Amino acid sequence: MDEVAIYAFQIGFAFAILILISLGLAVIFGMMRVINLAQGEFLMLGAYFCTLITQSGVNLWLAFLLSGLAVGVFGIIVEVVIIRWLYGRILDTLLATWGLSLFLVGGVTTLFGPQSESVAAPLGRFSVGVYGISQYSLVVIAVALALLAGTYALWRYTRFGLVVRGTMQNPTMAAGLGIRTWLVYMLTFGFGSALTGLAGAVLAPIVGAAPPMGVFFIGKAFITVIAGGQMPLLGTISASGLFGTIDGVVSYISSSVVGEMGMLFVAIILLRLLPLGITGRLKRGI
Amino acid sequence: MALRVLGLTAPSKKPQPWWWGVVALLALFVFTIPLYLDVAELYSISNFLVLAILALSMSFLWGYGGMLSFGQTAFFGLGGYTYAVLALNTGETTSALLIAVLLPMIFAAILGYFMIYGRISDIYFSVITLVVTLILEKGIRATSGDQYVIGSVRLNGQNGIPTTPSLQLPWDAKAQLDIADVFYVAAGLLFVTYIGLRLLLLTRFGRILVSIKENERRSELLGYDTRRYKWLAFVIAGGIAGLAGAMWGIWGNFVGPNMFNLNQAAQVVIWVIVGGKSTLIGPIGGTVAVQYLTDWLGTQGVGQVSLILGIILMVMVLLFQQGLLPSAGIIAAFAKDRLGLTRRGRAS
Repeated sequence: MDEVAIYAFQIGFAFAILILISLGLAVIFGMMRVINLAQGEFLMLGAYFCTLITQSGVNLWLAFLLSGLAVGVFGIIVEVVIIRWLYGRILDTLLATWGLSLFLVGGVTTLFGPQSESVAAPLGRFSVGVYGISQYSLVVIAVALALLAGTYALWRYTRFGLVVRGTMQNPTMAAGLGIRTWLVYMLTFGFGSALTGLAGAVLAPIVGAAPPMGVFFIGKAFITVIAGGQMPLLGTISASGLFGTIDGVVSYISSSVVGEMGMLFVAIILLRLLPLGITGRLKRGI
Repeated sequence: MALRVLGLTAPSKKPQPWWWGVVALLALFVFTIPLYLDVAELYSISNFLVLAILALSMSFLWGYGGMLSFGQTAFFGLGGYTYAVLALNTGETTSALLIAVLLPMIFAAILGYFMIYGRISDIYFSVITLVVTLILEKGIRATSGDQYVIGSVRLNGQNGIPTTPSLQLPWDAKAQLDIADVFYVAAGLLFVTYIGLRLLLLTRFGRILVSIKENERRSELLGYDTRRYKWLAFVIAGGIAGLAGAMWGIWGNFVGPNMFNLNQAAQVVIWVIVGGKSTLIGPIGGTVAVQYLTDWLGTQGVGQVSLILGIILMVMVLLFQQGLLPSAGIIAAFAKDRLGLTRRGRAS
């Protein structure tokens, strides 16, 4: 019984991590078709903001929100300076954001040094049979689900969401209806960045904050969003579910590196069978 | 157009007689370098030459096959590790070098089958190749324990394999090549790769590859199985990258997980983008220029090289998309036009 519970927990936790790291990318890449290779560095910035803010004595939970906001603003700046000039030129976007990623890693290392900063994990642990589980990892799962539900509600039930979806589907038509599409693109990119920053902040108590941390997540995030296919939210959920299961189980049996390799292996085979991703055959939606 | 101004022709055209002359002159120049440079300089130039081979594999695949593979570093690293492990196990380096080319080709064939025959789009191709190299890096980094042994060689995780042997003469295992010899081998391999690729692009295969880059749908409607050509190009480029990796191991007597990492992958793209991907010679120049710059920055103690690489990459993409050499050509053409030096200008 404890075994089952611990497996369920492992899978749920792996699922939540995947959702956290890929939700922002699902907005930026899945909806806007902007390949942002600096996505991992946005996570890193979120984690750094979180450590800085908590070190200045602010409550951790408030620090999460503030980090998300800060990275959101940073994302808007990036959109205005770089991304805006490259819409429709996917490969150039990819190269430019790669440059941004190197720049951020170098910049943060220069400012804060190569060592990793840490945030004390809040809350205690409880035990299931002989296994110990930190309560904070349950918080991570809850935050992932809340962000998912919030994003879905924003896209599905608000006027802003409607305008964003319309603009992504047909920018010319949206512009013809009087929508300032440049503003929509800017805000959507900012929203995706904010989600990523918040995710980075939530991960900070678990993995700390270090300049190269983005690289650890970027691969997983891209595999998840690509394998998810054209429906950003549903695709991300289903791919996270699939990969989370593989990652959770394999990591538990063997090691996290083998778990990740298993994920990649399954993803490549999946893309051979379903080149458009898991939701590729479905009608358009979110 | 821009290329013609500088007197360059695109490699899909038959080389002019003077091209052979230029290549011969270049070769003469490169092969006489050891006569007047000391060993330390020779050592760093050999590095540029080896990395230029890697840049060629990327330039071929991206500039002529239209496939931007970030995973060339995966084959680079795989080639290096294959060479190191085999050479240390067997004590014989010639066959190790050959297999270090072959194994990345096989890996490229398998990976390419899934990606190219799966018809994933260009952009997914780029991202998946990137993910593959990142995960290989992670895998290699995790092999630090005693249980990760291939034959008698410990993989050592983070620390790499610092005892990678230098190349021996094929017929005499005792004769180890020294730094100057390695320079000659690297230069020779670079010239062979360059001329080989240049000639390959003239063949039926090369022309079809370029046509696929120009318009894949049209080539397909003309009856070519585009997947097969792209797949072959991917395998060839994988082999070249593997060769570069093995040579890099021979050059530094070291292979390590950094061969796979994101900075390395970014550098390959930067070399090609700085040199311009519309020629094969440009990326060689780009490699030498950028590597020289990063080496120099490293000795100046400016701290983070990746900061500067990042800025170069962003500026190149936003301002000089064609690469420096072709961009210079475009600017020259524009200036000529403005100053009324072109024939059209004079006529009007």
